[in-house]
Amino acid sequence: MTSSATPLHYLPITEAAAALSAGRLTSAELTEAVIARAEAVEPRLRALLSADPASARAQARASDLRRASGQSLGPLDGIPIGLKDVIAVQDQPLTAGSRMLANFISPYDATVTRRLRASGAVLYGRHNCDEFAMGSSTENSAFHPTGNPWDLDRVPGGSSGGSAAALAAGEALATLGSDTGGSIRQPAALCGVVGLKPTYGTVSRYGLVAYASSLDQIGPFGRTVADVALVLQAIAGHDERDSTSLRAAPEDFGEAVTASPVPRRLGLPREYFGEGLDPEVAAAVEQAVAHYRGLGCEIREVSLPHTPYCLDAYYVLATAEASSNLSRYDGVRYGHRCAAPRDLQDLYCRSRAEGFGAEVKRRIILGTYVLSSGYYDAYYLRAQKVRTLVRRDFLRAFEEVDALLTPTSPIPAFRRGEKADPLAMYLCDIYTIGANLAGLPAMSVPCGFTRAGLPVGFQLIGKPLGESELLAIGHAYDRVHQWGRRSPNL
Amino acid sequence: MNQADLDLDALARLARLALTPEEKATFQRQIADLLRHIERLGEVDVTGVEPSAHAHPQHNVWQEDEPRPGLTPAEALRNAPVQRDQMIAVPKVVE
Repeated sequence: MTSSATPLHYLPITEAAAALSAGRLTSAELTEAVIARAEAVEPRLRALLSADPASARAQARASDLRRASGQSLGPLDGIPIGLKDVIAVQDQPLTAGSRMLANFISPYDATVTRRLRASGAVLYGRHNCDEFAMGSSTENSAFHPTGNPWDLDRVPGGSSGGSAAALAAGEALATLGSDTGGSIRQPAALCGVVGLKPTYGTVSRYGLVAYASSLDQIGPFGRTVADVALVLQAIAGHDERDSTSLRAAPEDFGEAVTASPVPRRLGLPREYFGEGLDPEVAAAVEQAVAHYRGLGCEIREVSLPHTPYCLDAYYVLATAEASSNLSRYDGVRYGHRCAAPRDLQDLYCRSRAEGFGAEVKRRIILGTYVLSSGYYDAYYLRAQKVRTLVRRDFLRAFEEVDALLTPTSPIPAFRRGEKADPLAMYLCDIYTIGANLAGLPAMSVPCGFTRAGLPVGFQLIGKPLGESELLAIGHAYDRVHQWGRRSPNL
Repeated sequence: MNQADLDLDALARLARLALTPEEKATFQRQIADLLRHIERLGEVDVTGVEPSAHAHPQHNVWQEDEPRPGLTPAEALRNAPVQRDQMIAVPKVVE
């Protein structure tokens, strides 16, 4: 056991790894603590869609044996890590929160899964999410909603809400999510943990259930920026199985967190601090800005003039790609098939109608519309051009500053059922979508709580492939405040 | 956006989705609302701007055409809703 007062299931990876390494803790004990915690809170929280405790225990025993024979695989060896249920794990369910895949068993491992195994991580838990990662509250899951650990009547954010909630509740020491328009960063902010969306192409998408392929990126949730760096280190890198995977020079992100000097220039995009921003969120983010000012950083206002069009460009591009990607769910080779189809057309149309929920159907229809003959230039092509302009805005800002600092979400966690109108829900992602359109690394770092006790996060957006710098900047705040180490009364 | 321009029947046919009358009515209204928002893209001057399909476009990404181990037939068919003799069964396609 560790000497720290922190319960095992709430340890940051850095401390758990030190305890494992020093022989004060075994992976079996740590994994048992996480499983016990999950079993205790799941009836109320419902962050898990499935879990395989027997497999986790076997992985933990194997880790302890490796360590005992001097063959430790590094800082993640023996650390329980959970996955959003859009990431393939061989012989485990993979539902993407959809009835369509309710009975699907993955025949292979995603590349990130393979890499986590290679780093010795104990894979435990498959987390709830909005169906096919479409949503900002995890209410679109076909199975059940997930509570926010800080207030169970409120949403954990989405679409990776289960992964953020599970981490905040102590059901893992880190988790992986996926982020297409903010689906890691927004739930990280709403649940009070750190969440990183890497540069597009940094982490392989092989084995990720596709939503909008030009925007999707897998990334880690952690209690601290240092933990996120360790998980990123394990999952990043070129993969020939993903043709959009970048061939970037290898870096040591764990080292970068502490080694890089704190850069001097942070930009506040004025378009991210206007109408619609909750005053308590604004105040907490201002405090973070003050922290950086106190460190000697130069704080500058910058402008990203095409920000007002990001949401519109996103909903054209993402739905267009989704309508194409989700055409694979045809009831033929895998997934739900309707009973007694009259013919093949009937099989397609009814299997899809029965397998998909309302939000998925809505996005498929919108995507079909923007791609249809006569509307393609007005919507899809134009959105792709606006995307070019959005990226140019960011690159121009990075000529003046090293990173951008913004709120992650305009509002803290909202009540379940509060955002019934699709557009109201889409506006939750207004500050996060730009980094997806431009393919930039971006991270949400917790920076306090509202008077009602709901977490608030700020977002750092970095240069392309600027993860090391982004992590160093985030750590310069996080190592002092450590808001992600607070635990909810759950 | 003129709601009359949105032909939900045609879109549902293209998307191979059997929608109920209620779903059609709801989507008609919601998608018209979304398109009204999205049409603001028309305000942006995109003269001479190249479209971006990806933020970091990569071209000519090839793998060598080398055989390597893959899924066995049993593994590949594991999730098939209906199968017969190592094949996926579907309704009769050719008359």
